[in-house]
Amino acid sequence: MAKRDRLSGNEAVSYALRQINPDVFPAFPITPSTEIPQYFASFVANGQVDTEFIPVESEHSSMSAAIGASAAGARSLTATSSCGLALMWEELYVAASNRLPVALALVNRALSGPININCDHSDSMGARDSGWIQIYAENNQEAYDNMVQAFRIAEHQDVRLPIMICQDGFITSHAVENIELLDDGDVKNFVGEYEPENYLLNPECPTAVGPYSVTDFYMEAKRAQAEAMKNSKQVILDVAKEFAQISGREYGLFEEYRLEDADYAVVMIGSAAGTTKDAIDQMREQGKKVGLLKLRVFRPFPAEEIAEALKNVKAVAVMDRADSFSDHGGPLGAEVMAALFRNRSQAYAINYVYGLGGRDVRVEDMEQVFETLEQIAATGETGDTYRYMGVRE
Amino acid sequence: MATDISKLTLTARWQDLTTGMMIHAGGTSEEFNTGEWTSVKPHVKEEDCRQCLLCAQACPDSAIPVNKNERVKVDLKHCKGCGICAKVCPFDAIEMEGL
Repeated sequence: MAKRDRLSGNEAVSYALRQINPDVFPAFPITPSTEIPQYFASFVANGQVDTEFIPVESEHSSMSAAIGASAAGARSLTATSSCGLALMWEELYVAASNRLPVALALVNRALSGPININCDHSDSMGARDSGWIQIYAENNQEAYDNMVQAFRIAEHQDVRLPIMICQDGFITSHAVENIELLDDGDVKNFVGEYEPENYLLNPECPTAVGPYSVTDFYMEAKRAQAEAMKNSKQVILDVAKEFAQISGREYGLFEEYRLEDADYAVVMIGSAAGTTKDAIDQMREQGKKVGLLKLRVFRPFPAEEIAEALKNVKAVAVMDRADSFSDHGGPLGAEVMAALFRNRSQAYAINYVYGLGGRDVRVEDMEQVFETLEQIAATGETGDTYRYMGVRE
Repeated sequence: MATDISKLTLTARWQDLTTGMMIHAGGTSEEFNTGEWTSVKPHVKEEDCRQCLLCAQACPDSAIPVNKNERVKVDLKHCKGCGICAKVCPFDAIEMEGL
């Protein structure tokens, strides 16, 4: 039987990992993700899991060990944040190109500098082109649910890609929420055993992992990798459908909140979507047609689906919790605007950078964004499409 | 399932490659002719060779085979021309020659 409990986002992810009972978990602590391996280490010490827990000397090592374990045939994962992810840079690409279904519980935190331990998405956005599937959560429930679904997606024969399960540092990782947890047996049945066709520890068939690819092969290798990412979209949807059967909670590539008849829409990722929903509810009471597209899956990027969902809006604000320093906007803004352009959208579109380094997002902030969209649609003047929200000026 | 590396030729399409470019078979490095890399090859002056076999032990590519306690012909498909055999030979029986 499913049960309700009050857990922080880190506790919720650790709880899911206990239920998954992975084979190998190498980890190095970094705020705000430290609690995930910390709680998990207590499960190991208590004999609640069979996992080989490896305290390593750096994040470069934790990802390397997770990759090695995965290549050996184990179900492996690690957890990190911010500069820890940055130190994994080389290995992220190795995991993806070797097509190893490693999982990473990422707790989003700003990258240095200036040094800051609070939430923004600059860490995972920096890794957006590393070939990892990226799934984001708005709240603790979603962080837990996404973690339970992770290995089913990553290990699917048509995918075999590493997967990053992201949640917002402190905002969800440390805040305690009342959430619903699945029964241990249900999770075990849902996740199943990992039985790779080929693996290094198979004495019947020696295997070479990561052999050198000369120019004659490298490009074909990358094209094949791209196909796996294309395939993952349907697998994510299929796994979500199956997950709904055991949990009653439905997930797609994104969530549409009061978007169907909306004239003005916000596109964003993560916990600030909750605040935006409050703003929408208040404005809807005043008769304003406002809505939200909360992106769950950033990699693969559901470009056509987003354009379709936004086809009737007059103006859209894309909210980036990371800057690209491109003088053109943030990463989500660039992707969404490209999607709108390719699908011949006539909507006005602007891009906000917000919430960096844990900067608060208030209901009033989001109301102001919707009011700005209304003005833009009325005047036909977008002004600067690359803006900052919540900065002193 | 074992990889048939004979199919991984220069005409292989991206769809024909193995997942993650892994090779699931043993000893496939023998099929990789690293001997193509070099511009020099060892030439053995057979009259000076005493069959001490130091060259065979020193060769980093195992390209100097030994059969029944005797050095046999250098495996030029895998010799990278490093010249260690020539340096190690106590009888100066090996010379590196340009191709």
